[in-house]
Amino acid sequence: MKEYTAPLRDMQFVLRELAPIDEVARLPGCGEVNLELAEAILAEAGKFAAGVLSPLNVVGDREGARVVADGEVVTATGWRGAYRSFVEGGWNALSCSPEYGGQGVPRLVSALVEEMWNAANLSFALCPMLTRGAIEALELKGSEELKGRYLPKLTSGEWAGTMVLTEPQAGSDLSAVRTRAVRQPDGSYRLEGQKIFITYGEHDLAENIVHLVLARTPDAPEGVKGISLFVVPKFLVNADGSLGARNDVRCVSLEHKLGIHASPTAVLAFGDKDGAVGWLVGEENRGLEYMFITMNAARFSVGLEGVGIAERAYQLALACARERLQGTELGTRSKEKVAILRHPDVRRMLLLMKSRTEAMRAVACVTAAAMDTARCHPEAEQRARSQAFVELMIPIVKAWSTDNAIDIASLGIQVHGGMGFIEETGAAQLFRDSRITSIYEGTNGIQAIDLVGRKVARDGGETIRRVMAEMREVVTRLEQEKSETLSAIAARLRDGVTALEQAVQFVVATFGPDVRRAAAGAVPFLELFGTVAGGWQMARAALAAHRHLEAGTGEAGFLRAKISTARFYADHVLVRGGGLARTVVADADAVLALPDDQF
Amino acid sequence: MPLKLLVTAKRVEDPESRIQVKPDGTGIVTEGVNYKLNPFDEIAVEEALRLEEQHGGEVVVVSIGGARAVTELRAALAMGADRGIHVRHDGPLDPVVVSALLAKVFEQEKPDLAILGKQSIDDDQNQAGQYLAERLGLGQATFASKHDSLESEAEQKRLPGLAVSADGTRVTVVREVDGGVETLEVRLPAVVTTDLRLNKPRFASLPGIMKAKKKEIREIPAASLGVDLTPKVAVRKLAAPPARKGGVKVADVDELVRKLRDEAKAV
Repeated sequence: MKEYTAPLRDMQFVLRELAPIDEVARLPGCGEVNLELAEAILAEAGKFAAGVLSPLNVVGDREGARVVADGEVVTATGWRGAYRSFVEGGWNALSCSPEYGGQGVPRLVSALVEEMWNAANLSFALCPMLTRGAIEALELKGSEELKGRYLPKLTSGEWAGTMVLTEPQAGSDLSAVRTRAVRQPDGSYRLEGQKIFITYGEHDLAENIVHLVLARTPDAPEGVKGISLFVVPKFLVNADGSLGARNDVRCVSLEHKLGIHASPTAVLAFGDKDGAVGWLVGEENRGLEYMFITMNAARFSVGLEGVGIAERAYQLALACARERLQGTELGTRSKEKVAILRHPDVRRMLLLMKSRTEAMRAVACVTAAAMDTARCHPEAEQRARSQAFVELMIPIVKAWSTDNAIDIASLGIQVHGGMGFIEETGAAQLFRDSRITSIYEGTNGIQAIDLVGRKVARDGGETIRRVMAEMREVVTRLEQEKSETLSAIAARLRDGVTALEQAVQFVVATFGPDVRRAAAGAVPFLELFGTVAGGWQMARAALAAHRHLEAGTGEAGFLRAKISTARFYADHVLVRGGGLARTVVADADAVLALPDDQF
Repeated sequence: MPLKLLVTAKRVEDPESRIQVKPDGTGIVTEGVNYKLNPFDEIAVEEALRLEEQHGGEVVVVSIGGARAVTELRAALAMGADRGIHVRHDGPLDPVVVSALLAKVFEQEKPDLAILGKQSIDDDQNQAGQYLAERLGLGQATFASKHDSLESEAEQKRLPGLAVSADGTRVTVVREVDGGVETLEVRLPAVVTTDLRLNKPRFASLPGIMKAKKKEIREIPAASLGVDLTPKVAVRKLAAPPARKGGVKVADVDELVRKLRDEAKAV
């Protein structure tokens, strides 16, 4: 597979024009990382991604991770060394709190770095991603003692973390969790039960693994309000911080998967002997509530997996399209073979990949900047407004980006033609690896229900309408520029926002009285909102590029390509908004009417 | 003995970019081109850092160029170099001018050892180090390499390939020559240029990048150094290599000889 190259130009454009890093850098607590430093971080992270992680992507796919004697798991050739370099380079601590040794880099910058890890090697990137999830849960609700014991080494990456939720009967519906936790006289708990689908549940990259486990205490109420969160380390930690006895948690087996082969997906048995020792995080029976807070961050990260895979698929397809000579130039009598990049339909496919990837990156970064504002802004009102925006956008970043990524990875194969179906090109691996992203951390169907219910209907459409007002402002500004291309983009965006407004009205009106109808259109609604949000960001990008061209600043070629790509997005992607809105509003009956026995 | 090391860090075109010659042949199209620290200089920086780790001292990086050259200085500082010198010059340069400017910096800084990449990957001249030693009247050891492979344990431990004597008066350099390697001992101060197999440069660490922001970069206008800045070499025309024509299969040796004689006029 051709090695990954970090798309620094587009990332820099986003940090300058769409989600200005210098505004984030002015927030208290986000200081230090201005544009110059952000660019240095991206450049060096790009080198690491290209030089260390990318070459191991294929190795990991071919070898996978395997269980050896006694439930120990061995990762693929070269992975231990790469992880050591990753930790030594301080990358694990990128976005972590300085209190425990982190660098506290704004989410806006760490999001782009994460995109690079994901693009270079998704299976590898999952390990630090899970560690960060564990860190966030502990930071949020862990006692000072637990934080002091676990956070420094989780931050450095010497220890890795996991999120242990799923059981065979408790997948999307976690209320069915059965793993038991019994309180001991010393205040610790003993856990017993079997967990499945545990990403990096066991491996040889880090010297200890800190599991965050959902379980029930014996007298807990039924359902979601009876689940607690526990820390269960692979090795118990002595008072002086050194590693003690092996805890009673074992890897029973690893799953055989469609993709992300190098990421060990473990079946974990807790308490086969005398109970796995764990400690309660926060209060009993509130585990799911805590988990949902950290899950928001994880969902955002999965969205970045979509962006990363899409970018890599585009790079691979583009390289193929430049090199592969087939056919002659259409519309000429020339007999000379041309690169397939010259063929209109190949260009269309590449632009479908490129324009949506750039739109996804921009949407994710605007959301990340809002996360920084929600965390650091001095005014409470601004923090609350940004937080509402973040919560609205997370299902979009997660589900819209990953649905697109799967389609983009599929288009990548299509551009390659027959060779795309052959593993050697790597296009197939990206497609296989991408497929999980629409499933884990809450399936995209669940994201859509979350969007229409909690994020749109609950506040009567207030937050989303505030965003739509911003979109309409962009339409106005585009029209004022008196450019034919910008006007064309403006027209598509206006239509998109109008379509979205119809769908929002429907969702707000229907969710209460007729929730099944609203739910039937939830996924098309999410796609519609994502599509229009992407169009909004591409329109902003076109506007910024246009102004730079008028002023004679910046790289003209890149800026013209940006406008052209935004125009393509408007005409080929954004234009679908109207159809999606009609599906949301009108077609629910067809979903619900068919009798079960006719399926 | 602590060592003071002066290392070069040139900003060059990233060969991963698409490099195109301007239609009028006066240069390359710079738009859309990425830049990076010259890989040979990166090896020089790595070697200096290893020597500093072994002997103590200071690593000073110097770059000559326009405003953007600061990016490559920061990259070297992020790897661990202690401070930077930016000789600010916006026009064209050649190795004669570069070596004259470096000689001035050398005289100001008085390092024990100057380490340069043996060449920069933009125009591959391979002259600046040699000129520099000659201008300063110092010993030189070019194309520094080492016996250990880049997969060896010594390399894993990041041991330097250059061996500086305990009293800090001499450096032993294994250098690549045609058909093998030779070992030279040079009296310090000296000039060494680095070849590809000397070491595998480290990646900058995140804390290193954060610290680099606060490290000193002193800007010196090139014009202030009292050097004639007129290049002795002018680029008249730049052209991409001609496209390779497809080969042909010959039936036998006779046909091959005939073709070589009659068509290629090679024999």
